Amino acid sequence: MRGRPKLYTSYSAEKALFPTSTQKVMVGLLLAVLVLMPFDLPVINDLPLIRFLGDNAWLRLVNRMLVFAIAAVGLNLLSGIAGQVSLGHAFFMGVGAYTAVLMGGASSSRLWGWGLPMWVWLPAAGLVAAAVGVLVAPAAVRVRGLYLGIATIGLVFIGIHLSRVFPEIAGPAALGRKWPRLELRFWKEETPLIDFSRKGHWLWFDIGYNQKTYLLLLSVLLVLSLVAANLARSRTGRSWAAIRDRDVAAEIMGVPEFKAKTTAFAISSFYAGIAGALFSSLVGQMNPEAWNLLLSVELIAILLIGGMGRIPGALMGSFFVVLSPRFLEEFMRWAAEQAEGTGVLASFWDSIISLGASDFGLVSIKETALGFPLPLSALDEIIYGLLIIVFLLFEPMGMYGIWIKIRNYWKGWPFSY
Amino acid sequence: MNMFPTVVAIAARAPASEITIFVQTLAKALALGSLYALLALGFVLIYKTTQTVNFSQGALALTGTWFMSMVFIDWNFPGRFLGGPTWGHWFLSLIIAICITAILGMVIERFAIRPMIGEPLFSMAMITLALEVILRTVSFDAVHINARILSIPWGSKTFTIGAAWIPWSYMAALLAALSAFVGTWLFFKTRQGIAMRATSFDQEAAMAQGINVHRAFSIAWASGAGLAAVAGVFASMPPWPAAGAASAEGAFFVFRALPAVILGGLDSVFGALIGGLIIGLVEIFAGQYLSSYNSVLGVGYQVVVPYLVMLVGLLIRPYGLFGTEEIRRV
Repeated sequence: MRGRPKLYTSYSAEKALFPTSTQKVMVGLLLAVLVLMPFDLPVINDLPLIRFLGDNAWLRLVNRMLVFAIAAVGLNLLSGIAGQVSLGHAFFMGVGAYTAVLMGGASSSRLWGWGLPMWVWLPAAGLVAAAVGVLVAPAAVRVRGLYLGIATIGLVFIGIHLSRVFPEIAGPAALGRKWPRLELRFWKEETPLIDFSRKGHWLWFDIGYNQKTYLLLLSVLLVLSLVAANLARSRTGRSWAAIRDRDVAAEIMGVPEFKAKTTAFAISSFYAGIAGALFSSLVGQMNPEAWNLLLSVELIAILLIGGMGRIPGALMGSFFVVLSPRFLEEFMRWAAEQAEGTGVLASFWDSIISLGASDFGLVSIKETALGFPLPLSALDEIIYGLLIIVFLLFEPMGMYGIWIKIRNYWKGWPFSY
Repeated sequence: MNMFPTVVAIAARAPASEITIFVQTLAKALALGSLYALLALGFVLIYKTTQTVNFSQGALALTGTWFMSMVFIDWNFPGRFLGGPTWGHWFLSLIIAICITAILGMVIERFAIRPMIGEPLFSMAMITLALEVILRTVSFDAVHINARILSIPWGSKTFTIGAAWIPWSYMAALLAALSAFVGTWLFFKTRQGIAMRATSFDQEAAMAQGINVHRAFSIAWASGAGLAAVAGVFASMPPWPAAGAASAEGAFFVFRALPAVILGGLDSVFGALIGGLIIGLVEIFAGQYLSSYNSVLGVGYQVVVPYLVMLVGLLIRPYGLFGTEEIRRV
């Protein structure tokens, strides 16, 4: 339908993932840039944001972001589309992580581990988490709304306690244990087929381990996002949306509530399990306390900042939440340079940044100790909390909503309607 | 009241009998239960009036305790201008700290909660979760890593019932909870209290009757924050393991009070009392009498017991013991 982008002549056209050819081209271009980003290519690396994102230190953060995006896409299915509040996703991530380490980890006298390859432990992490999700789902049928949210908080604390009870799986309480590395083996042979944690040579390129991990995580995220997008526009997704909008009405119309909630919990926990396994494998060593409530809150924050109920929103949110501390740090460095200089605004920046022990300022970039000039870590937390509030107050649709507004503005430009 | 320092008294005491252990455990359980009930009361007051699940209750307790420490230790605010006994100064400072926290609660309500009226409950709850992050970070940062002192007038002194040694702090917690609940009950009999009950029953109908709903919201948040400060201060007294004003455990204290709220019912004041006491009793008695199964249950299992009780309670009664069941219409 050339020139009539909103004209749909069939249901299948309306449900299509990318309804217009412009969208297909744009998404294709974006994908190409994302895939080629870690390779040191001339044109790609001159693009504004890509220039530094491809850098090693940033790429490590980007990898972390991809993992959070997987979990957020999963939580989005449960909270955004099926409308079930879960503050217990840290628990499901933990279940996935411990399944992974039990199956793929190295065994010793004190630790259990079967040393299986990644193609076993990664799906298993998701499946076991999904099974636990199925066990939790009946509670969601009985307990509704915010009561469910608070009940799932209980899961997080019970989970942390369980990992203390089984030091054979979780490792000693304060230390945790080492996770299997991201290596693709056929079975338990010595040299892996693809080793994502060492640098190597692919085709015509030398490629570092961060770049390899990036490509692995990106492909997992893309596959899982595609699955999520397809689920959301299928019969299952429509039943979830019906349950979210009015569960009694949905049931009267013949949508099975129990089945819908169970599948939502199972699939969402599957994503969380995969993300948990990948996350701890990425970090290398995790201690049981890592699967705490703050992790759950971070996932919810990603959804709220990105935009609830939208898969691009979950991706944007994780980009923002995971990378913004680093952006803030860079900004503060820049501000400190300004404060030391002699420009017009130097005194302004000087009043904000504390440069030394005796220098007055709100934020200190050098000291990490707690106390009045706020350390950057504290500033991060505060800004992160403020952002959630600001987004909820002024833009409930999140960053995705902002994007839609900008797009619609230019669509009708120069007319305002 | 014993005349000896506590340390000597504990060292000198004979192996305790069954009944002594029971009395001590019961006192501890009731004290913890009343602390939970205090937190739960603030939570319920806010939920009842504004329909907001206030996750920042624990952070408010932490902030209130920090205020108390500043007002009394750093500034010695009313005390430096007054004569008389120190414990008098302490109580005056406590009242001022409660007032500051209450004002903080009102500010939060005005700028973060009131613009959200009419939005989904989940969004409101998320705002309070974000507030929790901010308040906790600020007060952690302010108190540094070292716990601050509060100079409790009765310190770690104890008294005896038979052979059981019971700290005065337990009695203080009980008294604080008792007076808070009686105060709430009395407040609900006043004109403004009736207005608040009407607001919690139906906001629009209350507005149509000429009730100032905004003021009811403000009062609910002020009293919720004030009660959080009381709970925070009384939970920071010597015998509590997680004590020390504004220690790292403090902020997660409220997440342990959540089971009390949920078990009693989110919108029932009486439920807050009963839920708090049940959770306190279960936690302490499980800790005392199941400790021989430590190897199976794992160290620190008693902290998890409230959540298990909450989950079981929810499955049996989805709206808590005394909560109002929501009527679902198409």
